[in-house]
Amino acid sequence: MAEWESQEHALREKARELLSEGKAGVVIGYGAGTAPDRAVPAFVRRAEDVDRLVWGPECHHNLAVYLTRKEVRGLGRPAIVAMGCTARAVLVQIQEGQLARDDVVVIGMTCEGMGDPVFHKCRRCDVRTPREYDVLIGSELGPAEGDVEDPERERLEQASPEERWGYWTDALGRCIRCYACRAACPLCYCERCIVEKNQPQWISTSPEPKGNLSWNITRAMHLAGRCVECEACERACPVDIPLMLLNREISRAVVEHFDYRPGYDRDAKPVLVDFAPADKAEFIR
Amino acid sequence: MAEETFHPKIVAFVCNWCTYAGADLAGTSRIKYDPDIRVIKLPCSGRIDPLFLLQAFERGADGVLVSGCHPGDCHYTSGNYYAQRRWIVFRELLQFLGIEEERVQFSWVSAAEGGKWAEVVNDVVGKVRELGPFTRYKEIVR
Repeated sequence: MAEWESQEHALREKARELLSEGKAGVVIGYGAGTAPDRAVPAFVRRAEDVDRLVWGPECHHNLAVYLTRKEVRGLGRPAIVAMGCTARAVLVQIQEGQLARDDVVVIGMTCEGMGDPVFHKCRRCDVRTPREYDVLIGSELGPAEGDVEDPERERLEQASPEERWGYWTDALGRCIRCYACRAACPLCYCERCIVEKNQPQWISTSPEPKGNLSWNITRAMHLAGRCVECEACERACPVDIPLMLLNREISRAVVEHFDYRPGYDRDAKPVLVDFAPADKAEFIR
Repeated sequence: MAEETFHPKIVAFVCNWCTYAGADLAGTSRIKYDPDIRVIKLPCSGRIDPLFLLQAFERGADGVLVSGCHPGDCHYTSGNYYAQRRWIVFRELLQFLGIEEERVQFSWVSAAEGGKWAEVVNDVVGKVRELGPFTRYKEIVR
């Protein structure tokens, strides 16, 4: 597609400018992977290397994951190649005090949808033009007009507790505790994860049902009101656990009860570390 | 022979300032309530991590009760408000996973509400008794 190519060209020019003028120490972007449909993260530090940067539907990783990494912070001020979902993650990191706005250059990329075929989440994307950027590459796009339904989640919501339990014990039973979901998530930035704490040990670390259940519930809960639905966790999962179903269910609850969407407004207080005196929960007697 | 009544294991996570004092009042007022409850006292309902609930189930609980000060009454001003937001979300997550809502219940019980504490406990125990042992969870965590 011509749009990808012209964006790629503009991106390389912008990266060259940022690096040669010293406005960024590293450009975090995408480089060519081992196959045409694969991209890998690229850390470009010299202006003459900007042609390593690529842009296309294979560039779906959420690169915000690197902004909080110590080894990346040592490379100087980062400029990040960010489509809408990546920019949302950057905003949450700013909201949560992990990052100052001036610490990062956001190269916003308008995005018509990643993946081939285009991911389902991209077909209902409302941040095709990123909500935060220093420079925008590509022509502005409104929200995608695709399918907003979430049939699998709705089916499960209708199912009996027994069916739901069966579904999840099956799915989570496959977990091998590789923590790829955690590694891929731009918002799982704790230096020491609860699952690695062993005095006391809250979550069993063996890949057996007990720990798998607690781990996956805890992972989802720790992302409550924070998940930007980039789906990096689900794509990273080697055993295809529908992690996003849990995340989307929580997002639904957060929108329904608090009318809040993470990563939309960098000045908003994260929803679960905030309250309103008018909050009301009917189920608490 | 009459069928033996099922005695569920219920864990109550309560705050130090209201609900625990309320339970104390129930005791000093000689109000009788179901003994199938195990009370764990924490400084504040805001201290109750969702992990505590999972841990209770892992260790064989059939139901959990979470209780703190009424909104506006928190000893630390707002711990219960934060807790409330957390529980609103966590409860729906548990239901989505297939855990019956009766197994995880919530209440506000003040230090003056010894009678309400007894009512709440009896009600929670009764509902969990109806559901029976939480075998589904026990099977996977054994």
